[in-house]
Amino acid sequence: MPKDGSVVRLDGQGKPLWLVLELTYRCPLKCPWCSNPVDYARDGEAELSTAEWKRVMREGRELGALQLGFTGGEPLLRDDLEELVADASALGYYTNLITSGVGLTEERLAALKAAGLNQIQLSLQSSDRELTDTLVGARAFDLKLKVAHQIKAQGFPMVLNVPVFRHNIGQVADILALAEQIGVDYLEFANIQYYNWAMVNRDELLPTREQIAAAEREVQAARERLGDRMTIYFVIPDYYEGRPKACMNGWGSIHLTIAPDGAAMPCQEARIIQGLEFPTVRDNSLAWLWNESPTFEKFRGDAWMSPTCRSCDEKEKDFGGCRCQAFLMTGDAANTDPACSRSPHHHLIGEAIARAHAPGRKVQPLVMRNDGNSRRLAQGGQGGGGAGTGCGSGAARVEVDHV
Amino acid sequence: MTDITAPSPPAAGDRYVLNPMYLFRWEPTQDAHVLLYPEGIVKLNQTAGDIIARCDGHRTVADLVGELQQRYPGDDERVTEGVYKFLEVFRAKGWIRRQA
Ligand SMILES: C[S@@+](CC[C@H](N)C(=O)[O-])C[C@H]1O[C@@H](n2cnc3c(N)ncnc32)[C@H](O)[C@@H]1O
Ligand code: SF4
Ligand code: SF4
Repeated sequence: MPKDGSVVRLDGQGKPLWLVLELTYRCPLKCPWCSNPVDYARDGEAELSTAEWKRVMREGRELGALQLGFTGGEPLLRDDLEELVADASALGYYTNLITSGVGLTEERLAALKAAGLNQIQLSLQSSDRELTDTLVGARAFDLKLKVAHQIKAQGFPMVLNVPVFRHNIGQVADILALAEQIGVDYLEFANIQYYNWAMVNRDELLPTREQIAAAEREVQAARERLGDRMTIYFVIPDYYEGRPKACMNGWGSIHLTIAPDGAAMPCQEARIIQGLEFPTVRDNSLAWLWNESPTFEKFRGDAWMSPTCRSCDEKEKDFGGCRCQAFLMTGDAANTDPACSRSPHHHLIGEAIARAHAPGRKVQPLVMRNDGNSRRLAQGGQGGGGAGTGCGSGAARVEVDHV
Repeated sequence: MTDITAPSPPAAGDRYVLNPMYLFRWEPTQDAHVLLYPEGIVKLNQTAGDIIARCDGHRTVADLVGELQQRYPGDDERVTEGVYKFLEVFRAKGWIRRQA
């Protein structure tokens, strides 16, 4: 997933520089903060075929795309991954594989290397075996470590992505030490963003301001100690910033994501915005989707902005924040992102924080991402969260795996 | 080996090499050289592209200055200064590394 920490020192000039392919929503893990749609298991269109993905990649290059991410779900579940990577390299993309590591073997790594894969982003959730395995709902820790060493042994640049939340935020120092030992090039602590599964579990996952400050101090100390050896990103949680993130560098500005069924989206979460249509690459050319589809046009420029943003001198920097968060929390995607202290809805953020840390709050089990919970949440009309409710209320009705 | 010790300014005999993490190439759709790396894209102006293209681990800083002076004749002193400044900035950004 392209991050807020991403560096683009280049005006997109209207080109979709960053193309992200969500090859599948299938995944062997069950992360309860997963950014995939809550209703991913709902019966829908089939995944794009190899030939269809190849067409998307070709058309993307024609539109000027430079970076290509293969993600999901778990992209390794597609056995045409190597073939797609080879095609992408031949087209001239910088190719990124974003993976949980499950399904990666020496053989596949060698094949991916031969296909020209440029870098691998591996997710790791904790420095502790038991906690990792509990959090992702499978025995994954040992495998992830093994894979991390193999990735380095094959000479791939590696980003270690650590989604940060209440359960692991105290482990920043240990995770740093582990990353150093592996020889990670980029370490990214990404405070999770509260959409989809993370929103369902927000009360359990949201850390406190003090926890974040302590983690940031550890990161700062490590930066001084490690110098050039490792680049460490710390993606701040917008709930505590008072300022919204410059989400995706602006809607339809440089990012283009294609969902498993071919739907074209300005970001990976955009489908949670009700009332927007997401036409697919099966029915349309990428050029039309990017340049002309009403969905991509909708929040370009500033005409759509609320008066709060339109009159604000920050609008060129943050584009009014995140459309998905505005929709999820206020019910209208065109509103100022409530993470902004100037938003008339900013109190919703404070209330969410207070709720998550209310004294005497009863700890609830995490709602794991799995097919059963997905169908139940979809049925409950919680497909990604109804307006205003932030879908936290759905949690009581769903099956709980464990934890 | 690349140096990870405290940075010092470039010297005439130093050799620089592109950080292996980065892909450097000409990009027709941008009409420019670009650097591509995990999570990033950098579009380089012509001079920056000229310099990075020559950070091949073989040419010394002195070689590089000589070539750029030929390419941009007229003000040798300014070119020299520019090359040193650019190398320092690029190294600080992690794009290139000094060979030990
Ligand atoms: C959705 S996953 C898909 C790829 C693969 N299954 C994995 O987990 O690496 C893509 C990336 O998003 C991160 N991620 C998942 N949920 C997130 C959230 N709520 N906020 C921020 N990042 C999240 C994961 O850690 C991973 O690095
Ligand atoms: S974040 Fe976890 S559950 Fe979601 S796709 Fe990645 S590994 Fe699977
Ligand atoms: S009011 Fe809008 S443009 Fe101004 S800082 Fe807040 S989100 Fe950004």
